[in-house]
Amino acid sequence: MCLAVPARIIELDGARATVEVPGNRFSADVSLVPAVKLGDYVLVHAGFAIERYRPEDAEEILRLHEDMENAG
Amino acid sequence: MPVSGDARPANVERLLEDIRTQFRKLRRETVRLMEVCGTHTMSIARAGLKSLLPEGLKLVSGPGCPVCVTPTGTIDAACELARRDDVVITTFGDMMRVPGSRTTLEGVKAAGADVRVVYSPLKSMEIAAATPGRTVVFLGVGFETTAPAIARLIQAAAQAGTANMAVLPANKLIPPALRVIASDPELRVDGFLLPGHVSVIIGAEPYRFLADEFRRPSVITGFEPEDVLEATAMILEQMLLGNAEVQNQYKRVVHPEGNPEARRRLDEVFRTADASWRGFGVIPGSGLVVRDAFARWDAVRRFDIRIAPEEPETGCLCGDVLKGKVNPRDCPLFGTRCTPASAVGPCMVSSEGACAASFRFEQ
Repeated sequence: MCLAVPARIIELDGARATVEVPGNRFSADVSLVPAVKLGDYVLVHAGFAIERYRPEDAEEILRLHEDMENAG
Repeated sequence: MPVSGDARPANVERLLEDIRTQFRKLRRETVRLMEVCGTHTMSIARAGLKSLLPEGLKLVSGPGCPVCVTPTGTIDAACELARRDDVVITTFGDMMRVPGSRTTLEGVKAAGADVRVVYSPLKSMEIAAATPGRTVVFLGVGFETTAPAIARLIQAAAQAGTANMAVLPANKLIPPALRVIASDPELRVDGFLLPGHVSVIIGAEPYRFLADEFRRPSVITGFEPEDVLEATAMILEQMLLGNAEVQNQYKRVVHPEGNPEARRRLDEVFRTADASWRGFGVIPGSGLVVRDAFARWDAVRRFDIRIAPEEPETGCLCGDVLKGKVNPRDCPLFGTRCTPASAVGPCMVSSEGACAASFRFEQ
């Protein structure tokens, strides 16, 4: 139940964001990660971003996304 | 806090070779490591990791499946509320088939109750707006990963002045359960793979007692198979050096201090209290209750709910499975009276339960 996915913020309006994982977009609340900006990668759990990835880890996230896509 | 480890998951074969070498050097017949989190249990079962490890190196499942540890009395209370015409129950999908003492939320829904599955707790606000005259009660399960989202739901209801919204809190905290497990003289666990996403919120410090008081190595672990193997190698390395530390393998998203903003929100809305865990009984300081300032949004107070503390006797060994004392297949009900299609115990209901994972992936 603690499943969470890395997703990229593609729209941001106050605490409400639209985030993207490959093949899917959904809304997420970002009130628990105050410093986020458009384009950031965040970890999303139960409709909430619960942490922001450091920009230098974005490459790692892209690799995981590729793995997810390859896994179908 | 000493923290080491490579944030980037490395090659599986190399990690397995490291693990085999370290295990040989330890010269121990068996080493038992507990994966605390149910999401790890799933990941380990799906990747077949147990069969890749050296004979004698055992991974045992822990209490980290929120669905599995939710007491029967909480399910009964939710089912009873759901039967009221003036209540809509919202909850996570995992909760629908968890057996109470007589029925499940799925059962009362089939009999006409309004029970709705939501992905985000905040969805309950939209449902409340669309169902005036009825109270939406969110059944709030989950560990520290999920509890801040539920705190935000209560804050959102308070900010909007939404009167027909309440939360039935059944959240649980991981470190107090680990203390119970580490203190149990019957339990032989040499080290802990700590839950990655719980740690995103709480950081590394709350686990320090595992090292300082119990001399057990532990590693905060990510969810890819490489993460689990790397963390396993890190625990074996600590054992070889005679160390006991809390290390962080999942550095790409777990910061040593956790997420202070999430904890601040959590602390505004909830305070800790003793809580009953299925299979464990009452664990001091392991639950969350709504603070007085938010009492209007607390379903326990609004509906004067009393939760029966007794667990019914079913022959199910889920409690011992959650403590890592027995394997799922040691239970006499496993695969006979208890299967994922017709589950007796919660460890078989949740896809993250140790029994369901064993049934699905380890035939």
